[in-house]
Amino acid sequence: MPEMKLTVNGKPRAVSASPDTPLLWVLRDDLGLTGTKFGCGMGLCGACTVLANGEAIRSCSTTISDVKGKKITTIEGLSPNGDHPLQKAWMVENVAQCGYCQTGQIMAAAALLTKKPEPSDEDIDSAMDGNVCRCGTYLRIRKAIHRAAEEA
Amino acid sequence: MSMSIRKVSRRDFVRITSAASAGLILGVSLEAKTPPKKKAAEPVARDLGTFVQVGDDGFVTVWVSKSDMGQGVRTSLPMMVAEELDADWKKVRIRQAHFDKKFGRMGTGGSSSVRSMWKPMREAGATARAMLVSAAAAKLAVPADSLTVSEGVITHAPSGRKVTFGEIAAEAGKVEVPKEVKLKDPKAFKLIGKKTDRLDNRDIVTGKATYGIDVRVPGMLYAVVKRSPAFGGRVASLDDKKARAVPGVKDVVPIMAIGTDLPWNGIGVVADSTWAAMKGRDALDVKWEPGVAVFESTDSMRKQMEDAVAETGKRIVDIGNVETATISAAQKVEAVYELPFLAHATMEPMNATVSVTADGAEVWAPTQFPDWANGAVAEALKLKPEQVKVNVTMLGGGFGRKANPDFVLEAALLSKAVGAPVHVQWTREDDMQHDYYRPASRHRAVAALDPDGRLIAWQHRFAAPSIETYFNPKADKPHESESGGLEDMPYSVPNLRIEFTPIASAVPRGWWRSVEHSINSFVINSFLDEVAHAAGKDPIEYQLSMLTAGRRIEGEGRAKDYPFEIDRLRRVIEVARDRSGWGKRLAEGRGRGFAAQRSFFSYAAQVADVSVGNDGAIKVDRIVCVIDCGTPVNPDGIAAQVEGGVAYGLTAALHGEITTAAGAVQQSNFHDYPLLRMSEMPVIEVHIIPSTALPTGTGEPSLPPTAPAVANAIFAASGKRVRRLPMKLT
Repeated sequence: MPEMKLTVNGKPRAVSASPDTPLLWVLRDDLGLTGTKFGCGMGLCGACTVLANGEAIRSCSTTISDVKGKKITTIEGLSPNGDHPLQKAWMVENVAQCGYCQTGQIMAAAALLTKKPEPSDEDIDSAMDGNVCRCGTYLRIRKAIHRAAEEA
Repeated sequence: MSMSIRKVSRRDFVRITSAASAGLILGVSLEAKTPPKKKAAEPVARDLGTFVQVGDDGFVTVWVSKSDMGQGVRTSLPMMVAEELDADWKKVRIRQAHFDKKFGRMGTGGSSSVRSMWKPMREAGATARAMLVSAAAAKLAVPADSLTVSEGVITHAPSGRKVTFGEIAAEAGKVEVPKEVKLKDPKAFKLIGKKTDRLDNRDIVTGKATYGIDVRVPGMLYAVVKRSPAFGGRVASLDDKKARAVPGVKDVVPIMAIGTDLPWNGIGVVADSTWAAMKGRDALDVKWEPGVAVFESTDSMRKQMEDAVAETGKRIVDIGNVETATISAAQKVEAVYELPFLAHATMEPMNATVSVTADGAEVWAPTQFPDWANGAVAEALKLKPEQVKVNVTMLGGGFGRKANPDFVLEAALLSKAVGAPVHVQWTREDDMQHDYYRPASRHRAVAALDPDGRLIAWQHRFAAPSIETYFNPKADKPHESESGGLEDMPYSVPNLRIEFTPIASAVPRGWWRSVEHSINSFVINSFLDEVAHAAGKDPIEYQLSMLTAGRRIEGEGRAKDYPFEIDRLRRVIEVARDRSGWGKRLAEGRGRGFAAQRSFFSYAAQVADVSVGNDGAIKVDRIVCVIDCGTPVNPDGIAAQVEGGVAYGLTAALHGEITTAAGAVQQSNFHDYPLLRMSEMPVIEVHIIPSTALPTGTGEPSLPPTAPAVANAIFAASGKRVRRLPMKLT
């Protein structure tokens, strides 16, 4: 199996995996970064969202060769102590129900706030519509993003 | 390729116990609010009753015996303990209980956790409190009744002396567990009824929460299973050469179905990574013998149901004489409603990890029913139940799907076959096509009205491949899981007949959030809206006129303590009417609709505002939700459950439909089974009725009124009556 070099959460990582392996499974199975979740495998639900050079990508349908040379950030690398404004806002608003999709939601929101530090409801809906929450926490997600934007 | 132990995060393995001869068995301990690890000696915790431990560090640990799939019981149950214990909430932490009979029934469903644990959890807190107080009284040489407790500190007011829980925990552990304890007067509650943040918040937002999919056990292999596309199908031929040649694939193992506990014959591909297992599965060359289900389709089932409701079915309610009343009626209203099969689509697809050793088996699974998983695995592996340890992880959604033990059995059978711990991972396609589906159904209702528009007779026939007949094909009587809400409808109808015909089907059926109420509430509330319009009456006033003030319908068995109190239903309806602006004129193309349903002993009413475009596009703008669930334990958690129930109900109203052809499900992923997205989410206003009644369900009761409220709003907006779900106006 060829060795692939990746930069994940600021650290160089080497993994033995075939180049067509989705980034998701390398993060989860090889690097033990299980905060990134599997939902659909087709880029339809956003549970697997991570950042590649700051852009939100679906790691389930992005191969490790696609992200060669890019800086990958997962939920584990979003903040040193879970104190990113989005993470804090998520806790204050009690956004999570089952919580499974929320790491993907937070990563998608992080990419949004980088581009639009003060997003409108429409900006949020358009950026977050690819992230499905079966528990239906959308109203609180929207509130938490506004809160984080105010506090950042 | 050699078997290797994968590098995994150590955080999952908080608790390590050694088993006599099987090496290490690792338990995933789902602890929230874990204090920072001290270098000093580990704190010692004492059992104070079954559910509570108090450490000499002053921390109170509560065992949570119910599965948390998003409903927040890992916060609301400890709140009940902490309330009676007078603990310092900041020093309360939780541990997820593994399956053990000492915890009582652990199965989680029917919106029953808060209701069923209300007494045991409060008693657990009061028990621990009594033991701490008794030990403190001995230490201070004062009478126990001279002591007061607040936030984890026991005080002797006359002398001003204080003892903390931590200081007295060791002595309290020696006190005999009292047989009877006194519970607080609800007026004295400090924590119950207050908005309380979820204890799992931090773990969730940092990605540290351990779901079933995140379990890692040393030596663990990863597996995916190829299952027969048609229900009940068997392997006709298999060539696994190419699959075995995929790098990382360790073994290919056939799995035989086990009744309804594991309805899928399949072929497991075991590998050293998830991706290798998936590639191996793709490389399988398998031909299936589809079985009798091949003759079944959505069209054939619709025909069966049409025929069934055209004829007399099994009579389950017969009050008065519907024929006589209908003959003399001034007006008749007739309508047919149709609802499809639905998949649960939990965000976390099914998965489980099982380690089978010479001594027994250990399970780590996102299961709603560790009790069921325990029994099913023991039976399948010919072990005694006490040889099967079941650890419950966090659940990435459940909604009833994770009650069944099928995915756990697959992991157990594969682990036994390969002699290593196995994590079985389902893909979204596996999940969509191998669910225990919410039954499809068809209803035909005929109402007779007197000259004043009063409903004097209601004939109701319905047909469905029922949940009961899936698990018990010989069932000849309809079960609550299909007739609930209908046979016990609270409306005063002098002549009422309800008939049911079960439909044969190979499609597995199961409990889907709010079960029969997701169906029957749509039918009842839509039909009453139609009847009200035919009578020229306001739909809310019409329903209220059929709900006799002061009436109580007594229940039996588990319903004994929860009579149907008609006034509580009237109240939620009136509050929904008053808070929603009911009766005010709306702009052209907009409409307002109403529905109410009691389910799981809670009372819910909703008013939906909907816009209908010229192109038939449906937009739900706002839903006002009122719920009476007895004593509200964590009001913010209840509000979250209501919001979530509405969203789940909207997916069913607007999108959800599972169809079959040749005995197999035709949908596979979120492109053809879409779920509600953020841009479709309406404004939701939640009103919780203040109450001191026994607490009842909140996870499910908010769902049943949503679809009919929206359908009735569509009628108000457009004059178009929606009688089939999902709703389509174009």
